[in-house]
Amino acid sequence: MARIGVFICWCGENISRHVDVEKLAEQCAHLPGVRCCLTYKYMCSEPGQNLIREKIREERLNGMVVASCSPHMHLKTFRKAAEAEGLNPYLVEMANIREHCSWVHHDVKAATAKAADLIRMAVAKVRRNHALSPIRVPLTKRALVIGGGVAGIQAALDIADAGHEVVLVEREPSIGGKMAGLSETFPTLDCSQCILTPRMVEVGQHPNIRLYTYSDVEAVEGYVGNFSVTIRKRARYVDISKCTGCGACWNACPNKKTPSEFDFGMGKRSAIYVPFPQAVPARPVIDANACTMLTKGKCGLCAKKCAAGAINFKDQDELITEKVGAIVVATGYKLWDIGKEQENAKLAGYGEYGYGTYKDVINSLQFERLVSASGPTGGELRRPSDGAVPKTVVFISCVGSRDNAKGMSYCSKICCMYNAKHTMLYKHKVHDGQAHVFYMDIRAGGKNYDEFVRRAIEQDGAQYHRGRVSKITEENGKLIVRGVDTLAGEPVTIEADLVVLATAMRPADGVETLAQKLNVGYDEYGFLSESHPKLRPVETNAAGVFVCGACQGPKDIPESVAQASAAAGKVQVMFSREEITREPEIASIDERMCAACFTCVRACPYNAIERAEIRDRAGRLIKRTARVNPGLCMGCGTCVAVCPSKSAELEGFTEQQVYAMVESLG
Amino acid sequence: MNIGYYPGCALHGSSNDYEQSVRACLGALGVNLCELDDWICCGATAAHSLNHKLAVALPARSLAIAERDGYDDLLAPCPMCSAQLIKARTALARDRALREEIAATVELPLEGRTEVLNLIQIFQRIGLERLKSRATRSLNEFKPACYYGCLLVRPPQALRFDDCEHPTSMETLLSELGAAPVEWNFKTECCGAGLTMCNERTVLDLSHKIISNAAAHGANCIVVACPMCHVNLDMKQADIERHYGIRHAMKVYYLSDLVGMALGLHENELGVNRHFVSTP
Amino acid sequence: MSNESTNTPKHDAIEQMARELARDCYQCGKCSAGCPVGERMDVVPNRLIRLIQLGHMAKAAAAGAIWECVSCQTCTARCPQNVDCAAIMDALREFSVLRGTASPEQNRTVIFQRAFLDNIRRYGRLNEVELIGRFKTKAFLNDLSIPMLFKDALLGPQMIRRGKFHLRGEKVRDRDVVTRIFEKCNQ
Repeated sequence: MARIGVFICWCGENISRHVDVEKLAEQCAHLPGVRCCLTYKYMCSEPGQNLIREKIREERLNGMVVASCSPHMHLKTFRKAAEAEGLNPYLVEMANIREHCSWVHHDVKAATAKAADLIRMAVAKVRRNHALSPIRVPLTKRALVIGGGVAGIQAALDIADAGHEVVLVEREPSIGGKMAGLSETFPTLDCSQCILTPRMVEVGQHPNIRLYTYSDVEAVEGYVGNFSVTIRKRARYVDISKCTGCGACWNACPNKKTPSEFDFGMGKRSAIYVPFPQAVPARPVIDANACTMLTKGKCGLCAKKCAAGAINFKDQDELITEKVGAIVVATGYKLWDIGKEQENAKLAGYGEYGYGTYKDVINSLQFERLVSASGPTGGELRRPSDGAVPKTVVFISCVGSRDNAKGMSYCSKICCMYNAKHTMLYKHKVHDGQAHVFYMDIRAGGKNYDEFVRRAIEQDGAQYHRGRVSKITEENGKLIVRGVDTLAGEPVTIEADLVVLATAMRPADGVETLAQKLNVGYDEYGFLSESHPKLRPVETNAAGVFVCGACQGPKDIPESVAQASAAAGKVQVMFSREEITREPEIASIDERMCAACFTCVRACPYNAIERAEIRDRAGRLIKRTARVNPGLCMGCGTCVAVCPSKSAELEGFTEQQVYAMVESLG
Repeated sequence: MNIGYYPGCALHGSSNDYEQSVRACLGALGVNLCELDDWICCGATAAHSLNHKLAVALPARSLAIAERDGYDDLLAPCPMCSAQLIKARTALARDRALREEIAATVELPLEGRTEVLNLIQIFQRIGLERLKSRATRSLNEFKPACYYGCLLVRPPQALRFDDCEHPTSMETLLSELGAAPVEWNFKTECCGAGLTMCNERTVLDLSHKIISNAAAHGANCIVVACPMCHVNLDMKQADIERHYGIRHAMKVYYLSDLVGMALGLHENELGVNRHFVSTP
Repeated sequence: MSNESTNTPKHDAIEQMARELARDCYQCGKCSAGCPVGERMDVVPNRLIRLIQLGHMAKAAAAGAIWECVSCQTCTARCPQNVDCAAIMDALREFSVLRGTASPEQNRTVIFQRAFLDNIRRYGRLNEVELIGRFKTKAFLNDLSIPMLFKDALLGPQMIRRGKFHLRGEKVRDRDVVTRIFEKCNQ
């Protein structure tokens, strides 16, 4: 026997201006199953809630409908009020007579009629609701952080400092990411390594952090609170438990001609190497493609010199499984390598800038290495072709950014700032040199950012030209840069000694594959998608997976760090509970009806449906069936729509309920 | 091999040395040029500058003739003609309403399916291996600066046979035949093209820069595949020398001249003796 | 503003086309940077496009720059916004000729191109000797420049010596259809 209460909200004038609430209440009081119907000016206010609670008690209600705003706004509020009176919160429904009615229909008569329809449907539905209880899922209070750049370091340290274990996986031989290779940072010009390396050391020594470098995430299984992650620890050929990092091996290595990845090809390294002196761990790896012992079976000098006996030429990749409850993705960015063959035909181009053809046309990260005290030139700026000190340097913005024809349509956001920084660093090193910048707009929003750019122009004399460069050619050791100054309305030709291209920021290689493993969405450029651009900036649509740093979109160090702390905060909120509770409005499969066609398995966007078998006590197979994993199901209903045998059902939105709603309109 | 041939006005006019060269060279390779019946002028710069509709209609008439006579491929050795033909073909293939309108204008049915090829593409069709096997003489005394100019490679949206900033197809072809092409910077800079008559100052300036850059990079000749480039660099070279007070004496060959010589043809058979710079 | 009373529907159509072509330009200036004759231009291409965006078609079409343009397509090839800048220059020239705003010096190019098209209209193919004759006569009447009249006169004999001169040019058989094409294109 249904005893339903209907509570109609005026929402001040928001609803009552266009819906005749009193007339509505009169009509709704006579709906089948409705026990009482009343209106109030602000149903969500405390007196409003008290009114509801009073009625639940008095009328012994076993279902209720609140006709007010969107459930996004106040469903939780009203469910809590119901729960406080002992009414199961899943027996509360809302009819949205504000957004769906009074805000969009201004004819009182018609709006009132529509509001009545909406309430009638909600009543029909709530009569068929079941009492549900939230799903409880156990929780592993350990976090995986993927990527050991500044964002990953920050996230890992924050979570570890809160007392939780962290597994940090880094692809390169050392953590530190792009920031470890930067010279100085805007807008303060403090030394990048000086502020980063202490944090790297902290990671290396933290009792709560388990660090896997030279490793990749191979596979991710499970669901929020209960992930099982397979990590591939690539063969390092050095046993880091034995190695003391003394350096005898890399000093002995005769093969020192490999371009250094850390220096973006501006310097060379040996076949056994640490990427940079402050590396964490400060232990070498052997580059299997460069080492003659591994390619031809000849040499082995490093092993002879190693007093600790740490070199192992027979080392193999190792697969390790780690159980974690939450995952933070911090895989960062790369600069678009415009010189190479492109993976996408649309990106082929920029032959006009001669990158890859002219040695003295370099990108911004290469320039960072050339002015870094730890760089291949020891911080003395010398150009790659002949080692001369460049007296005229041209910096070009928006190379591949904001270019619909052959690049990315987005702004890479940080280039304006680092270009200004580069002109300053250059002037501080080459006092009689002249820096030129070609730019389209100067985007320097941020604390002390615009002041910084002005300083580059006013104090350090950088010549800014508003316009793009069309072509670079090389004549007699000079790079002829043909640009324009659109403010003067004239072409500008500069004979430069060095050209630095601010190429577009793109997500790190392989991020799409990783995103697929994690069920995280990504945009057409490969940047990972956050759950909501404003209100859920570090969450993703995969429960328990968070993003931070440049893998989500171009951003600078302060923003990456802030986002990393935000992601760590979200993980800590999750870990502050003993178990995870999830909304019970999820799908279920009637396993007796299921024809095991597994259409739903393929259709489920969250990989929440698995293939299962029903066996008798003796272990004999009775039938196969699809089965919903309640930890993963997000309740989207796709399986219900595709199931040919009608054995999938969405709790809280059963077909019976939906039909009842439709019929109530008749 | 039979192929449709659209000579264009220049090759039947003052650039008939180019036609002589193309015919001799391709003839030696067994390519039979079937001249398009009653072709009309492509309209060139004059049409696209003064009347955008005419700039589509004039080449469209010739394309329609090619379709009527069953040519799948049409060789247009003049890049101005080929660019106009290709631009018209692209526009027609894209827009059905335009296609119908233009078909009515040119009084022939039209689909825009004929493939228009330039001289380099013909050599690529024939194949480097076949060219090499036919070659009887090495081009090793030539250090050409291969000059593509504008309309062979631009706009890349319509013409996509080589990289529009650093094209290499002529270099590839000629180095296979023994020449040593130089790397230089003015491969795709414009020579002034059709402004020869009416804006000579611009043409002299641009062409002077091109010849100077080729010389600075060690070239002993320039190779072109365009009648207008040849006029500006070869015929106008004396004017350039006079105007800038500098002696270039830079020989300018058509691509088919050098290929023809590699095939054993004599310079005179290719019309090289009719160039301005090579003959006193 | 270009929507002055002197504008005909044909002007408006060309202006409409130009504004459509110019719509996506975000003024990076790459067209002006790479233009081989940018240094000679009184108004560089990106500024011409800006004028069109602002509705100042007549002002843009009055610039001498549009007659310096060599139609080399470099601007179109490199435009990051896929703006067909070369087609915009064509539209400006077409507009300018309709209005007759070109100066005598610029007019020389117009005279040449008109003579060129006249020639094609009559024969279907170019008759170089007649084109040069007509161009020289008209150009002389335009600016009374005697050096211009006799410039390249020395080239004539050299060309004849090289067999490059055809006193009688070629004609297509179906000249009527050519005339009709011109008529249908309002030329």
